[in-house]
Amino acid sequence: MRRRTRSAALAVAVGLVVPLAACSSSSGPPTLTWYINPDNGGQVEIAKRCTEAANGAYTITTETLPRDAGAQREQLARRLAAKDSSIDIMSLDPPFIPELAEPGFLAPMPSDVADTVSKDIVQGAIDGATWKGKLVTVPFWANTQLLWYRKSVAQKAGLDPSKNPVTWKQLMDAAADQDKYLGVQGTKAESLTVWINALVESAGGHILENPEASADDLKLGLESDAGKDAADIIGTIGKKGLGGPGLPTADENATLTVFQGDKGSFMVNWPFVWSASQGAVKDGTLDQSFLDDIGWALYPEVTEGTESKPPYGGINLGVGAFSNHVAMAYQATECIVKPENQAYYFATNGNPPASTAAYDDPEVKKAFPMADVIRESLEKAAPRPQTPYYNEVSVGLQQTWHPPASVDPDTTPQKSTDFITAVLRGEKLL
Amino acid sequence: MSADVATQAPARAPKKARSDRARSEARLGWWLAGPAFVVMLAVTIYPILQALYDSLFNYRLTAPDDKAFIGLNNYKVVLTDSLFWQSLWVTTLIMIVSVVVELLLGFALALVMHRAITSLRGLLRTAILVPYGIITVVSAFAWFYAFDINSGFINHWFDWVPGIDPNLNWFAHQGTSLSVIIASEIWKTTPFISLLLLAGLSQVPTELEEAAEVDGATWGQRLRRVVLPNMKAAIMVAVLFRALDAFRIFDNVYIMTNGANNTNVLSLLAYNTSINRLEIGLGSAISVILFLCVILICFIAIKLFKVDLASARGEG
Repeated sequence: MRRRTRSAALAVAVGLVVPLAACSSSSGPPTLTWYINPDNGGQVEIAKRCTEAANGAYTITTETLPRDAGAQREQLARRLAAKDSSIDIMSLDPPFIPELAEPGFLAPMPSDVADTVSKDIVQGAIDGATWKGKLVTVPFWANTQLLWYRKSVAQKAGLDPSKNPVTWKQLMDAAADQDKYLGVQGTKAESLTVWINALVESAGGHILENPEASADDLKLGLESDAGKDAADIIGTIGKKGLGGPGLPTADENATLTVFQGDKGSFMVNWPFVWSASQGAVKDGTLDQSFLDDIGWALYPEVTEGTESKPPYGGINLGVGAFSNHVAMAYQATECIVKPENQAYYFATNGNPPASTAAYDDPEVKKAFPMADVIRESLEKAAPRPQTPYYNEVSVGLQQTWHPPASVDPDTTPQKSTDFITAVLRGEKLL
Repeated sequence: MSADVATQAPARAPKKARSDRARSEARLGWWLAGPAFVVMLAVTIYPILQALYDSLFNYRLTAPDDKAFIGLNNYKVVLTDSLFWQSLWVTTLIMIVSVVVELLLGFALALVMHRAITSLRGLLRTAILVPYGIITVVSAFAWFYAFDINSGFINHWFDWVPGIDPNLNWFAHQGTSLSVIIASEIWKTTPFISLLLLAGLSQVPTELEEAAEVDGATWGQRLRRVVLPNMKAAIMVAVLFRALDAFRIFDNVYIMTNGANNTNVLSLLAYNTSINRLEIGLGSAISVILFLCVILICFIAIKLFKVDLASARGEG
């Protein structure tokens, strides 16, 4: 009996100590933890490459964040508010950067790093990585939406978006005439904000007039011609059913499904649709003729003759302010964003580079024939409002501009302005 | 919440002079339950007090330096907001409809299980319990994809039903979204109710039923006069537990609509405010109000329906 007790105690002791020993890695080179958003394994591979390139100076390990961008932000903000020193490098969605930069959750970037990582970078990515005039994150990859179209539908409508920019009006007319559905994201989620912002920016306005102001002083720019134009487009597509019955719940994936169907015509979406469609053809769920029928062009214009400002997304790298290895973490980011790594990431994972040089890589040209259009779109792209209160602004917009059929150019801009202002002042719930 | 219920039940026991044996049994009971009770207090009382304290501040997690005491202002904002009342209404609606339907369905299932031939009983109980064994998030996704306009099969299988056609977007309207949410809740938790009711059914003495049968009572009369009164406590426990559970609904709404089309519920509102907006003060105020609502439901159920949990455990 006693022997059994003793051996049980030993087992418990070993069970407690062994995992602890595995945790402590005080000897050897420091380990940098990189919090990554889920992808197709590209960031893990880049972490491996940069660990090798560091020649033993440091090791990069990765931790995966939740799939949803909002949930990634929640986790990082909570950890940083608790001064989590395990966050060395993090993959950040650009709209949430000011919120983390403002309270000092991001370590200040050394000027030599800033000089290196901002060289030959598309303008949209530089804008998205900046807060209050300073580069606070390292641009890694940059995303933008293109106009994807079925060549057969465009031809019937007498349009050639690849040659001449098209307007939203032309797209709506074409879809209505041919009884087809437009691919737009009308679900009550971040993708709706992306759409609203692109429309308002393309019409020459801004959702926020002074994005750097404090919550009480933020001024919205929706009660303007640009806000009305945007509301008119969304409201018309919603009321006339041009987005199909699935519009109020359509996210990027649902939009792609509609686009691949019989009623597909034009769609605004991120470049992942290209790799997704190619994959579907390879798997046999789609016909090769569909792939041959796809065309791409710059984001549609709101006003004829005025260049559009396409959506901007992607991932930037931030360095945690509470990390024990800030300098080393910045060194590591310089390695991660090297053009060859960005080109690899684009060619294998479908995420477009922020570096202009990476677009000239032959691998990239092969995997993405529309790489040049993506680069052009990124130069013109406009980021979503850069404010520490982005979440309030974005969800406030979704609350008042959803469902699309309820959007009215005469009332919606004003309603959302009043609502978001009240929420920012703490007078209303969101 | 279950701590409240458990502590109130013994208090109602009549205070007769207790024998030595009863006293030592009670002492043993405290010793056995004591450690768990202390842990319960530590993990429930502390967060509750912290939430109460936080709810008096204007406190945003990403602006810790701006934390300021504002008294009951957060409660004023919440209680005067239409979104809060809308969420409260939707939550109550989901609770009432799902509990009523589950009670009826659950009773029918309990009767089937009770009367089933012994050889079939095990199989039947397992089959009925399957939905309850599925994680809520998983069942929510299953229901969501079944009704989804792009990938769902419901629209195609049931297009012969008036009102359902391939173009019906279930999650684009309040009524249809709530129907799916409630249906999924019912499907998932009816087994729980039926199990509790089955326990109540098996406590009804067969002699009483047989005596009533000999006296010429019909099946309906036996059910109404003999079975139901004898399992009243079990019914009430089922209603109380399920009502509290349903009032805190989160997963189904979060996954299917995330509050779109006026389908917001209180738990989701509290989550969005504290976790999504990182407004700890305002979110804590909502959580405290949600907590008070749950206590109120508990109180009403216990006082009004005279639930005696001790008797439901077979000790009464």
